[in-house]
Amino acid sequence: MKLYLKIWRQLNTSSKGEMVDYEIDNVSEHMSFLEMLDLLNESLIQKKERVIEFDHDCREGICGQCGVMIDGRAHGPLKNTTTCQLHMRSFKNGDTIYIEPFRAKAFPVLRDLKINRSAFDSIIEAGGFIGASTGQAPEANSIPISYETAEASFDAAACIGCGACVATCKNASAALFVGAKITHLALLPQGKIEASKRVLTMVSQMDAEGFGNCSDTRACEIECPQGISILSIAKMNSEYAKALIFRK
Amino acid sequence: MIDSKIPEGPLAEKWNNYKAKAKLVNPANRKKLNIIVVGTGLAGASCAASLAEQGYNIKSFCFQDSPRRAHSVAAQGGVNAAKNYKNDGDSTYRMFYDTIKGGDFRSREANVYRLAECSAHLIDHAVAQGVPFAREYAGYLNNRSFGGVQVSRTFYARGQTGQQLLLGAYQALLRQVSLGKVAMHTRHEMLELVVIDGKAKGIIARNLETGELERHVADAVVLASGGYGKVYYLSTLAMGCNSSAIWRAHKKGAYMAGVSWIQFHPTSLPQHGENQSKLTLMSESLRNDGRIWVPKTAKDDRDPNTIPEEERDYYLERKYPSFGNLAPRDISSRAAKEQIDAGHGVGPMKNAIYLDFSDAIKTQGKDKIEAKYSNLFAMYEKITGINAYKEPMLISPSAHFTMGGLWVDYELMSTIPGLFALGEANFADHGANRLGANSLLQACVDGYFIAPYTIPNYLAGELNAPKSDINHPAFDEAETSVRAQLDKFLNSKGTLSTDYFHKKIGRLLYEKCGLSRSKEKLEDALNEIKLLKDSFEKDLLITGDDTVNSELEKAGRIADYIELAELMCHDALQREESCGAHFREEYQTPDGEAVRNDKDFCYVSAWEWKGKQQLPELHKEPLVFESVQLAVRSYK
Repeated sequence: MKLYLKIWRQLNTSSKGEMVDYEIDNVSEHMSFLEMLDLLNESLIQKKERVIEFDHDCREGICGQCGVMIDGRAHGPLKNTTTCQLHMRSFKNGDTIYIEPFRAKAFPVLRDLKINRSAFDSIIEAGGFIGASTGQAPEANSIPISYETAEASFDAAACIGCGACVATCKNASAALFVGAKITHLALLPQGKIEASKRVLTMVSQMDAEGFGNCSDTRACEIECPQGISILSIAKMNSEYAKALIFRK
Repeated sequence: MIDSKIPEGPLAEKWNNYKAKAKLVNPANRKKLNIIVVGTGLAGASCAASLAEQGYNIKSFCFQDSPRRAHSVAAQGGVNAAKNYKNDGDSTYRMFYDTIKGGDFRSREANVYRLAECSAHLIDHAVAQGVPFAREYAGYLNNRSFGGVQVSRTFYARGQTGQQLLLGAYQALLRQVSLGKVAMHTRHEMLELVVIDGKAKGIIARNLETGELERHVADAVVLASGGYGKVYYLSTLAMGCNSSAIWRAHKKGAYMAGVSWIQFHPTSLPQHGENQSKLTLMSESLRNDGRIWVPKTAKDDRDPNTIPEEERDYYLERKYPSFGNLAPRDISSRAAKEQIDAGHGVGPMKNAIYLDFSDAIKTQGKDKIEAKYSNLFAMYEKITGINAYKEPMLISPSAHFTMGGLWVDYELMSTIPGLFALGEANFADHGANRLGANSLLQACVDGYFIAPYTIPNYLAGELNAPKSDINHPAFDEAETSVRAQLDKFLNSKGTLSTDYFHKKIGRLLYEKCGLSRSKEKLEDALNEIKLLKDSFEKDLLITGDDTVNSELEKAGRIADYIELAELMCHDALQREESCGAHFREEYQTPDGEAVRNDKDFCYVSAWEWKGKQQLPELHKEPLVFESVQLAVRSYK
């Protein structure tokens, strides 16, 4: 099929970007969206032009590094799907597609579609872990965890940190990302002990990074490739309230 | 003569003996010692976090935008541990034996035993970190069986075990970042190793955001940069996976071992077209319930659901009745290739076989299958548009895990003192074939439990050594050579992209140094690689400049791949036997099984780089088996 692409080009973080028009032919419906961009880049190289920079790595929907806005939607039109797992059968011959980076104050553009998401790492650094050091763990079965709890914890732990929740939120809130980690760890007996301290430091870091507040529009849940539930935001809020009440 | 430094004593005592005698560094002195760790996957993150917990200063590097992206994240199936929770006869020894046999008796006994011994602690540690492993209703850990094994020892977190273990390691790493013990360098690629007075003392890294070359000095360097299966271009690996860190260390004097031992994963999605960039892996755990078959008649292109039972060939169950669909990866992959080559391949490109769940759905119910594998079925449908609850999956073998890598001794140290290699970057534990769910295990065990003893043992001797610094001439020289290579790429005025060369070398390897090899094919390959090298020198075209430039990044990796491919072919050519993933067509039984030659080839091939125009030199590390009898590896 033939497609008309409008792609965001930007030299570096401090420069101004713009949408640039491209045409691409011979796109097979079996190609992934990123393979289509590979094909476009190959044609740019043949014209001795600089390639379009975009982030990607595993191309199987799990590393969380890819992600662009496609026609205004984070990761494109499909539900629970990363950009690398979006295939061109979702488009038709003659379509015009708008491709832009995930936008948020806390995610500055590095070049073209590449962004800097290190704010997410800073939030994890603030407390998104269990303080277990190597070589001191008790026998694993000595901490029984019910099947339901393990599954609920896993549901939240499945977050891949791609940033779609932030990009799609009108407030650029990171509440789903932070809520997911809070929920994953607070549900488990090992993580409960530090839960209060964790939620306070992580939320405070989230604010410091320049993410907006959650106003419960639920857009994040709709665009999340891993289907993380906004109940994890509720869990974060309840953990936060608890922590404030019992803070010494 | 290379010394593997295997400790004294009976097999089961070796690791304890080593630990008891390993030198320690006084806590007050640890903060005076710096360690560079390249890679933030399971091996790198776990090693960096563990050494930082002890008090050393760590500089951690990854080329991705966050340490959480490392390719360990993609491993689906699980992680092995000899805990015998199922009371089905598992033990450290049995796991050791399965792994030795799985590797076709081409790995070191002492290393493999240690891997099995440490496996139980890994589950304990990961659980303590909050890894949400699958649980039974009573709250205890659940597990399942995997290829090459007849007990249940694989622990899993749905189909995303790698992701959950990696998040545990990543969180432990960031905890140390917050404590100031780890300095994190994301979007940095190591482009050269710096060796001073024969010891690894630093690296040259390129900042991928600015293009700037940086010098980093340390008292030891750890490479945990993963495997090089992406040399085949189409593979199950992430796009950025590469061999550059270990290859550049190799060119600085570290030996590469078992280079041609590359595992082809039997259950990946088949190639569907020319512009495809990767082959997606489907978890091997699917083989617990899926039955593999092809139509008995060649070129039968009927809808699979209309092919009657008696016209299907369940060839794994037929050829390997005791292991059936759980036959190890190399055997399953080669059996699939045989069927495809004989014209029984299915799917649009006739390059696939069926993995059929209809019997499992009939006997266990769709709900049960959904509970076990729903994310894999959803992924399959996303990529192929096919509902595998209704028709069999199409799968095929693809390049996956590299058993080869930097040669390391028992301490995981390479032939360059102070240079350690962990996880898939070393050759150590898997021999000629890796059993499923042993790779996450090795990466974690190397980083959490082994390096924290062996690296301090080395560093204890470095405390009073003169400190190196980044103004040493060795740093000047290393930086100059990196700069010269980058300039050469940017000034190359050809017409062909990096991907062109990558696809070319990949296809060549698939055909001539892939699932099966022969003298003739390998000699051909070596000639073709020479031509490709020449072409790369003059025909490469890199657009853009020395700032953010993914094409420039790729160019260095492809240059390394082409040289590595040459060594892979030398290695495969020299090893005149079939073992594990290395199947030489000249050495097979009349019914197509591998014929190993223990008399002449019971050793690890460790190769030394002798220069661009020179042939590599082979060093042999004899494999001595004290605790197991070398046996024909049969799964019948």
